Amino acid sequence: MTHRIKLILAGASALLAFKASPSHAESTLSFLIDNNPDTVAAAEALVAAYQAKVPDVTIEIEPRAGGGEGDNIIKTRLATGEMSDVFLYNSGSLLQALKPAQTLVDLSGLESQVKVDEGFKSVVRADGKLYGVPFGTAMAGGILYNRKIYQDLGLTVPKTWADFMANNAKVKTSGKVAVAQTYRDTWTSQLFVLADYYNLHAVVPNFAADYTANKAKYAETPAATKGFERLKDVHDAGLMNEDFGAASYDDGLRMVATGEAAHYPMLSFAIGAIKQNYPENLADVGFFAQPSDDAQTNGLTVWMPPALYIPLTSQHAEEAKKFVDFAGSVEGCKIMVETNTVQGPPLIDGCDLPADVPPAVKDMLPYFEAKGKTTPALEFVSPVKGPALEQITVEVGSGIRQPAEAAKLYDEDVRKQAKQLGLPNW
Amino acid sequence: MTETRPHPRKSPYPLWFFIPAAIIYGVLFLFPTISSLWYSLTRWDLSTAQFIGLENFQQFFSEPFLVKGLVNTLIYAVTTSGLKTVCGLLLAVLLTSNIFARGFLRTLVFFPVLVSTIGIGITFTVMMHPTKGIINVTLETLGMPGPGWLTNPALALFSVALVDVWKGVGLATLIFIAGLAAISPDYYEAARIDGATRLQQFFRITLPLVRPATVIVVTLSLIGGLRSFDLIWAMTRGGPGFSSDVIASVIYKQYQAGFYGLSTAGNVILFALIAVIILPFTLWFNRREVEE
Repeated sequence: MTHRIKLILAGASALLAFKASPSHAESTLSFLIDNNPDTVAAAEALVAAYQAKVPDVTIEIEPRAGGGEGDNIIKTRLATGEMSDVFLYNSGSLLQALKPAQTLVDLSGLESQVKVDEGFKSVVRADGKLYGVPFGTAMAGGILYNRKIYQDLGLTVPKTWADFMANNAKVKTSGKVAVAQTYRDTWTSQLFVLADYYNLHAVVPNFAADYTANKAKYAETPAATKGFERLKDVHDAGLMNEDFGAASYDDGLRMVATGEAAHYPMLSFAIGAIKQNYPENLADVGFFAQPSDDAQTNGLTVWMPPALYIPLTSQHAEEAKKFVDFAGSVEGCKIMVETNTVQGPPLIDGCDLPADVPPAVKDMLPYFEAKGKTTPALEFVSPVKGPALEQITVEVGSGIRQPAEAAKLYDEDVRKQAKQLGLPNW
Repeated sequence: MTETRPHPRKSPYPLWFFIPAAIIYGVLFLFPTISSLWYSLTRWDLSTAQFIGLENFQQFFSEPFLVKGLVNTLIYAVTTSGLKTVCGLLLAVLLTSNIFARGFLRTLVFFPVLVSTIGIGITFTVMMHPTKGIINVTLETLGMPGPGWLTNPALALFSVALVDVWKGVGLATLIFIAGLAAISPDYYEAARIDGATRLQQFFRITLPLVRPATVIVVTLSLIGGLRSFDLIWAMTRGGPGFSSDVIASVIYKQYQAGFYGLSTAGNVILFALIAVIILPFTLWFNRREVEE
């Protein structure tokens, strides 16, 4: 019902906007971003630098909620024609759900695209056209750890799951929390499963393709069920903070940054939030890839950054393109790298990392420099990701549900998503 | 046709008088209702809708948590409705008697009704934190370790229901106070002369005569409980896992995931469920009232 009303209102406001649109000499661009403090800081710096260069364009930043609510805002505004001139959104499977070929402006021709990393281009491409430019650096899923605790207890970075659990046991004996878990923010519970994808890929290289084609299942692939088993291991060994069910993402960051906890499985974008909220502890936080069963298999599951997009409904597409081109240029990238916290390597050729990156980022670089030590996360190579994964991982991590059963349930959830996307073979 | 039937009473207003109201009703209620019935039969991404028959309904009923959501919805509705009715009546009896600071106490009971549900949800989430929340800290100092109110899967739904009762009991009390005020004091005077105790007065006079108010409270709180969403979402988001999911939160999750047709089908199911429960209930109550 409300969507109908929104449509009518959108139509009315579009009419008004059309009448009131300013002359071409001075234009105002609207720019929708998520409300993560790091994103806001980077967007503000980018806009300030662009406005200094092009004074007759005004860019108004509009923050929105993150997570599933943010997805909803983006989809609704795109569908009702209310989308801002430029917006920031995920790349990969979430972008594909927006049907870019029907809703977004083709950005293949932008000058800045020449220097953008090919890996990134593959996650903003649809029908051979590019629809976005990167906003921020690549990041990885793995485990943030407290370097001080490691030093005090004489621990070394684990390569295998057994080493990791041995480290955890020592941390627990020392009276600290071994693994911080924060199920109040349910999305944080997925990391042990999602960051295990490098290990899964190493054992079953065809998994993503077979999974998309409905030929491989989480429940029937032992290497895929492993991620759920990791969650259970950690829960059953009693390694987590007592209030894991009610703790929030920020609690997790505080715990691992200040040394209340030794480990926090997380995406490396958290380094940005640690820099904002616990700047004096930034140097105490390190990062390692999720350990596997075999020391030979040790690599990073990589997440691509979000991208900037222009909707087809934009009244100022030309001006918007110029701004987006600036954001994707080496100059734009440098501004972001300087303002924003670096979460991994930049994806624009010629935009190098500053010398003083946080230790957690330094820990990631060797993986990127070596060959075959990184693989993109499953959500970048397959369009299917079930929406209930975060609830399922909370259940496994809280001891409510067994891993095998959870994997089966997740397969059900994935089936629903694939059917909604109208994929063949489902 | 009109010859055999008694002539309908002619309305004093001409027909065009109803047109503005009919347009508003049509645009705001009739059209969305019919279009949502249509969209529930499609795979809908807000811009295109592809007809897929009853597949959405089939999917919704094969959803592993729909059954749990359904059971939870009924538990939640019955618990909140029952407690609101009982507590509301008792409070109303207390607040209509001659007690100290009656006006102030009435305000105090009604106050939570006025506060935003989301605000209450967030406040109670903080208070019910398993280790740092004021409730468990207090219990701890008294030597009784408190449970994980919102993190224990067996408890979460009931914790939210209790907060819902706390928030909504003021309205029930208000309705009961109005109902009690309508009872003639003569009955009580007669009963007192006959030597009836306070308890007898309550069960023989108050309870039967406050029936219309009871029907209103039960109906309103039952409907409220069946479609309850905001408080559950603010406090647990249906969690931990799926343990406090109700139909409304399952529907919302489908919206969030972008399954618009599927969630519209969920809304149609919720609509049907409320109708199926409330309609016979009100019919039964109304008939009883007429019989008496």
